[in-house]
Amino acid sequence: MTAICGPNGAGKSTLLGVLAGLVAPDSGMAMLDGAALSGLTPRERARAIGYLPQAGEVAWDLSVASLVALGRLPHGDGQGGGVRAVAAALSALGLDALAARPVSQLSGGERARALLARVLAGEPRWILADEPLAALDLAHQIGLMARLADAARAGAGVVLVLHDLALAMNRADRVLVLDKGRLAADGPPQEALSEAVIRQVWGVEARWLGQPGARALAAG
Amino acid sequence: MMNRATAIFSALLVLALPLSLLAGRIWLDPWTTPNATAILMELRLPRGVLAIVVGAGLGAAGAAMQGYLRNPLADPGLFGIAPGAALGAVLALFFGLATAWLLPLFALAGAAGAMALLALIAGRAGGIALFTLAGMMLASLAGALTSLIISFAPNAFAVSEIVTWLMGALTDRSWHEVWLAAPLTLAGIACLAMAGRGLDALTLGEAAARSLGVEPARLQAWLIAGVGLTVGSGVAVAGIVGFVGLIVPHLVRPLTDRRPSSLLVPSALAGALLVLVADALCRVLPLVTELRLGIALSLLGAPFFLALLLRMRREIA
Repeated sequence: MTAICGPNGAGKSTLLGVLAGLVAPDSGMAMLDGAALSGLTPRERARAIGYLPQAGEVAWDLSVASLVALGRLPHGDGQGGGVRAVAAALSALGLDALAARPVSQLSGGERARALLARVLAGEPRWILADEPLAALDLAHQIGLMARLADAARAGAGVVLVLHDLALAMNRADRVLVLDKGRLAADGPPQEALSEAVIRQVWGVEARWLGQPGARALAAG
Repeated sequence: MMNRATAIFSALLVLALPLSLLAGRIWLDPWTTPNATAILMELRLPRGVLAIVVGAGLGAAGAAMQGYLRNPLADPGLFGIAPGAALGAVLALFFGLATAWLLPLFALAGAAGAMALLALIAGRAGGIALFTLAGMMLASLAGALTSLIISFAPNAFAVSEIVTWLMGALTDRSWHEVWLAAPLTLAGIACLAMAGRGLDALTLGEAAARSLGVEPARLQAWLIAGVGLTVGSGVAVAGIVGFVGLIVPHLVRPLTDRRPSSLLVPSALAGALLVLVADALCRVLPLVTELRLGIALSLLGAPFFLALLLRMRREIA
């Protein structure tokens, strides 16, 4: 699980967009498993990479099951063989009982779960999520991170844009810190999110408290 | 793929067609009315089939447009294709070329011109906001040109002819309009069906749709072709028939799972039903002259839509 951190405007979402193949880089190239991402057809790319945008837009009042089934579009089997993947994604996120409920009647936390289930239903090798925890309360943040960790354990590469440095510190295997469009640090969280990096990039004096895996950030 | 809405509207259409054939200023009894076969085969059947064709095109185009713009207030007229087709037809009327074949051909040329301009403006990027604004500008330009031509009309009779045509009607249509509009409309609905998966993906927003493998420029091309063919051929044979594309998807949506693609076919059927019934009502109403279809649909549609809005007020607020 990789976290992309950095101040507002550092280029986190842009980097995620480039990795997802949605933004053409001004220079350089994005690679997927050793091959140029731009060399894949949109459909091949869509099967390999599941992308969860920050704005959790759902234009029509679909049922949760229909919403999740949209994740099968790159496979073209939303009605047929993809049914199992949709059911698996629903139960992985504890949405079995809500499958028939319209999206408009979900709470914020349920909605976030449904949107993540949509990505999981596509069975992508890579999951890219842009601030998936924004606007979620603490319990739902913890729950959603646990589900993303499950997906990573099941073999998917998970790349998240995260604002919560403590979550990145405790949960990520690798952290990229961006500052003004440049890579300021890259490594295991205790190195990439050291107090020195936080001072340099965010301009905040802060100290890490607690034990590894359960650290908290005390500012000031 | 037969969903509930498809079944319901197919059944209603099968019921409504024979009834509409019998309905008219003179109610037709196939066994006693003189010349019943001729009236049926040469007047009422082509008119009924044409109502189905025009309504199906407008219904499907409306469903696709609402899906594409992710907005339940979108209407096929937004892209400027209907005003473009109307401009073509008005030109034909103005220059006295409005024969049974030339008028629809001029209208189709107008629709094709609007489609070409849209495709040119859309370019390769496929952004929705720019495209929609361009379509609206095209619509108002075509509308302004139409008004300009009307103001140049040599006499009151010419003005009245143009304005009456613009109101939309299926009066005195024959099989040749059916042969013209039906294949084009069918091709257009097929194009819209090709856009269906992309429209479904757009439910999640433009970025998510692209991440699901949707190519915006291709989606846009299918949509321009689909809306252009359905609406263009509809205007060419019936004039401006409003409200169908706006109302019908609302009627159909609650009967489906609300994915734009599952809305397309039922909306075509419901549009066909609406225009067929409205046109039959126009014939039956005891007025001095026959009520124009475009007016009837607006008279029918606006209050209905208001009632729908009032009912939905709680959900929208």
